[in-house]
Amino acid sequence: MDLIDDPAPGQNAPEFSVSELSGAVKRMIEGEFSHVRVRAEVGRVSRPRSGHVYLDLKDDRAVLSGVIWKGVASRLATQPEEGMEVVATGRLTTFPGQSKYQIVIEDIAPAGAGALMAMLEKRKVQLAAEGLFAAERKRPIPFLPEVIGVVTSPSGAVIRDILHRLRDRFPRKVLIWPVAVQGAKCAPEVARAIEGFNRLAPGGALPRPDLLIIARGGGSIEDLWGFNEEIVVRAAAASKIPLISAVGHETDTTLIDHAADRRAPTPTAAAEMAVPVRRDLLAWAAEQDARMTQALTQAIGRRGQRLVDLSRALPRPDTLLDGPRLRLDRAGDRLPAALRATTQHGHVRLSRAAAGLRPGLLTGRIERRRDRLDAMAMRLAPALTRATLAGRRELDRIAARLDPTRIEEARARKARDLDLLAARLSRAGSTRTEALRKRLDALDRMRQTLGYRETLKRGYAVVRGDGAVVTTTAAARAAERLEVEFMDGTLEISGENPPQKSKKSKPKPPPPDQGSLF
Amino acid sequence: MTDKPVDEMSFEEAMAELEAVVGQLERGDVALEASIELYERGAKLKARCEVKLKEAEEKVAAITLDQDGNPTGTTPVEGL
Repeated sequence: MDLIDDPAPGQNAPEFSVSELSGAVKRMIEGEFSHVRVRAEVGRVSRPRSGHVYLDLKDDRAVLSGVIWKGVASRLATQPEEGMEVVATGRLTTFPGQSKYQIVIEDIAPAGAGALMAMLEKRKVQLAAEGLFAAERKRPIPFLPEVIGVVTSPSGAVIRDILHRLRDRFPRKVLIWPVAVQGAKCAPEVARAIEGFNRLAPGGALPRPDLLIIARGGGSIEDLWGFNEEIVVRAAAASKIPLISAVGHETDTTLIDHAADRRAPTPTAAAEMAVPVRRDLLAWAAEQDARMTQALTQAIGRRGQRLVDLSRALPRPDTLLDGPRLRLDRAGDRLPAALRATTQHGHVRLSRAAAGLRPGLLTGRIERRRDRLDAMAMRLAPALTRATLAGRRELDRIAARLDPTRIEEARARKARDLDLLAARLSRAGSTRTEALRKRLDALDRMRQTLGYRETLKRGYAVVRGDGAVVTTTAAARAAERLEVEFMDGTLEISGENPPQKSKKSKPKPPPPDQGSLF
Repeated sequence: MTDKPVDEMSFEEAMAELEAVVGQLERGDVALEASIELYERGAKLKARCEVKLKEAEEKVAAITLDQDGNPTGTTPVEGL
């Protein structure tokens, strides 16, 4: 065995207190990672009232807590959102009190254009789902706005382009709301400008625009990013004043373009959409005037010509009357002659009818009828006599054929037949009656031998109580009176129940033999 | 025809009605008296359009903002 114990490995290392060790770790970490850039996906983000932003940075295997102090957070061009790919710049620090370390972020930016586009697409889908881009939300742009509000940078080519094009087409009142068009202040200022223009009361100190143009020149996706921010998109969608967006070049599309009522590819194009060309309108007005005058002149000319034509075609009043007058004259001429002719015609018909009416003619006809009547009357009496004679002769002839002797003979013969038949009938009847009588007597005798009276002769008797035959002692006791029939007559005996004086039904007195029991 | 007085019409309203009036007159199916009335109305509408076209005055101003970004007034903008 060794004299000296072999101590466990490391036991000769110096001992730290926890604070010492934590302090050493802190110094080491803060020294080593005083400026780092880390690429990560943003995890959970929390924004307490303090204004600081706490968030997790993560990849598929590790998580790093992060904090963005209030002052830094308000300056950021891109606010971190969950799911965003970012590159965060900052320093690591530890919390010795909790055995934790975290990154204090000084800047955070989307990790490349791909990440930005992905985020943009996600936001677009989300806002579209809310209906902010719906076609039915779009309002028409006024034909000729009085006041145009332009939200853009007050310096730069954009506002100049817009003003130039407006001046060419139709000079208007223009109110410029100056805003930052890139960087962190861009989105809040643009949103505020849109809302501010909408808040102006019509007829107030500041004239309320009829139309808004939100404009910015071309730039990188990061430069234009402010116009993709939700507050700007919501402000544009909520604007009561029709709004044209003209952000970037034709190929750049920002989310405000979807929420705007019209999208212009360039600021100049926005000015063209905003107003019509004044010269064209003046020419148009002159043309309307000319067309109107011409139309009226034509209308009057056409009617005048028509009037002339019609009046030419109108006949003179005399000519109109000539024809009828001629007809009247002719008719007047023909009238007396026609009357005369009608009278004559009537006359002729009357004379013709009257000619046939002569008394002689009538008398002749009456004479002829009377002659015929007389001739008929004369033939009437001989004819009747002849008919009567003929009828009588026929009667006599038939009467002569009626002979009473023959009828008498027939009657006598029938009477004889009848007598014979009656005798036969009588004979047959008495024979039959005799036979029936004998049978009846025999039957009666048999009846008597079988009847109860024959039994009486042998010493039996029939007892009747109150008219009915009594066959039991109980019935005999119940009867008021008993009759006993013998062979030669009946004998009456009073029953055990003499008739009651009153007809009232009383319980029957008990039989005497029962009374003796008590 | 609307009941709105011509003097209160916007350019666009006056323009639309003027077009309708001209169309009616050109169709020629309006009674003579009515067409004269139409013509008179058309003349008023055209005058209204011209008034609005003559109001072509350029006036550019920028809004001035206070510390909190609220509008306080305007300042004329020139030279753009």
